[in-house]
Amino acid sequence: MNALQQYIDLYREHSGLLERHAPAVLNALRPSALATLTSARLPRKGEEDYEATDLEAVFAPDYGVNLTRLDYPIDPAESLRCDVPNLSTCLLHTFNDVPHIGHLARRNLNGPIVETFTEAAHNHPDVLAAHLGRLSHKGDATAALNTLLAQDGLLVYMPAGVTAAKPIQLLNILSAARPTMAVRRLLVVAEADSHVRLLACDHTQGSGVQSLNLQVVEMVLGPRATVDYYDLEESNADTRRVSTIFAEQHDGSELLIDGITLTNGLTRNNYHIEVEGERASTQLLGMTIASGSQHVDTRSFVRHSAPRCSSNQMFKYVLSDQAVGAFAGKVLIEEGCPRVEAYQGNRNLCASPEAKMYTKPQLEIYTDDVKASHGTTIGQLDQEAMFYMRTRGIPEHEARRLLMQAFMADVIDSVRFDVLRDRLHHLVEKRFDGTLASCAGCAICK
Amino acid sequence: MLEIKDLHASVEGKEILKGVNLTVRAGEVHAIMGPNGSGKSTLSAVLTGNPAYTVTGGSATFDGKDLLALSPEDRAHEGLFLSFQYPVEIPGVSMTGFMKAAVNAKRRYHGEKELSASEFLKMMRERRAVVDLDGKLASRAVNEGFSGGEKKRNEIFQMAMLEPRLSILDETDSGLDIDALRVVASGVNKLKSKDNATIVITHYQRLLDYIKPDFVHILYKGRIVMSAGPELALELEEKGYDWIKQSLGEE
Repeated sequence: MNALQQYIDLYREHSGLLERHAPAVLNALRPSALATLTSARLPRKGEEDYEATDLEAVFAPDYGVNLTRLDYPIDPAESLRCDVPNLSTCLLHTFNDVPHIGHLARRNLNGPIVETFTEAAHNHPDVLAAHLGRLSHKGDATAALNTLLAQDGLLVYMPAGVTAAKPIQLLNILSAARPTMAVRRLLVVAEADSHVRLLACDHTQGSGVQSLNLQVVEMVLGPRATVDYYDLEESNADTRRVSTIFAEQHDGSELLIDGITLTNGLTRNNYHIEVEGERASTQLLGMTIASGSQHVDTRSFVRHSAPRCSSNQMFKYVLSDQAVGAFAGKVLIEEGCPRVEAYQGNRNLCASPEAKMYTKPQLEIYTDDVKASHGTTIGQLDQEAMFYMRTRGIPEHEARRLLMQAFMADVIDSVRFDVLRDRLHHLVEKRFDGTLASCAGCAICK
Repeated sequence: MLEIKDLHASVEGKEILKGVNLTVRAGEVHAIMGPNGSGKSTLSAVLTGNPAYTVTGGSATFDGKDLLALSPEDRAHEGLFLSFQYPVEIPGVSMTGFMKAAVNAKRRYHGEKELSASEFLKMMRERRAVVDLDGKLASRAVNEGFSGGEKKRNEIFQMAMLEPRLSILDETDSGLDIDALRVVASGVNKLKSKDNATIVITHYQRLLDYIKPDFVHILYKGRIVMSAGPELALELEEKGYDWIKQSLGEE
């Protein structure tokens, strides 16, 4: 059994249809993706870096792909009205895997260029040609499958020296009447000295239908460019998400990625960061709050291939009920990269006897003169603190909530986006309270 | 107010309390003294409902209610308070958030309206004055980075916030210099009234110079072996615990 086969067959059967609805620059990437996939298989649970997750099972259902690019069944802008009195972002929608840039967003952009791949193929063909698929080529079979089947996506292009005044918000909505695979793609090209903040919010509408969000994000940061990417998942139990974020960093660039999972079904988040420039810095943060049967698995890979660059990772999980979490991280420092500083941290709180956490930190270092370390902890709620609070009259459930929230406080505080940080404190409080409705819309905006 | 009868309790299978009897009435101050390992802290842990301890026999009623059947939080709501020997640090939980959760939980329990933010902050300011607690400490995480003296002051501050009917001070004097001891003791005395009561657990007579007990009990090997007026503490200070052993016919 090989779950990939059905998608390879689908492609072979319908490649004409698929390619008619996609720009040539995407079609050009498919042959090599197909070659990769024909000799690939998906990892099963227990294999290296897949200690908790069976990817074969994730892709096994017969998901439909929107090959003919059918219209939206509903207007996302209408159904999910995001009034943003404080957040004030440029809001873009992706409905399943069909991107939609409204007039308001285009008018508000003022500097950054945001286009669908179809548009960019006409307006900025050189940008697409130079970068699309270049990083995802280094990914695993799921990234190749995305390349094989993707028909469109969003380009965020920051020309040299441009600063985005407003954050760009990507509202991704998964909604389908029957099991569907959304093949999403985002390319961020930040040229020298450009600055942008992005906020992606993943939601699922409706329930009872299992859908898969297969996404690939590629980011290229030119010299001294800064990119903040906040990736917030608030989907539901029927949602499967397999996401890989690739980034390439040049001299002096600064990248912050903050992956947050508040509600979901099963999620595998891969990070593949190539730190290639001197004095480039990477911050990789993660916050997972999982209860019920939520499953959140993170794999991070950071390669330092230049001197004097730095990376800092901190992934935190709070797991309760029967939730499962996993983290496999690797920092690789290549030969001839003195004065690299790298830290990798994974801290976990298992708040119930049935919650499970799998963690595997790794460092691989080929240069002597570097500072690198990692730290991992798995703990339980502090019983002494629990008792102390209860003797003050704080009910047990509230004491638990206060402790779990306290555990996440530092990750939330490292969000460099004031309004979002305050909003997250509030959302996390609601999440631990049990009052955050699973995917009632974009909670960030409400 | 508090009626303890033949209380037995164990921790990890080892019996520590072997039949404690004690009656505390409103307006009284009781001191419980005794050598290390006699069961003083176990008694306070059992009365406040620490899940690490198991009651194996006897009873404890508080204003007629079966204290041992209540959860620790409900015991607090009924008016029981423990000043910890080792107050717990809770990083990431602010003193303000912690106190607000405690005060409002008690108000809900008694069917009262929760305090508004401004009412609550006003109350914090007023009660801080009881033990001269620095406003900066009140805005930090619970006990995190507090000195030994600050932690004990913080305990009495919490007592002032929660207005308990019965307070148990578990070795509140340990780790305090003489100035801090005075501040803490004067805080306790300010909070004293004819309607509430205090149990002071201590090794030494010193604290009892500041918090005057009406009764002194000696706990030894899990039982109260001697009870008398304040003069017993002085006698004990003079003669030491060996005197107890001798008068019990040991050695």
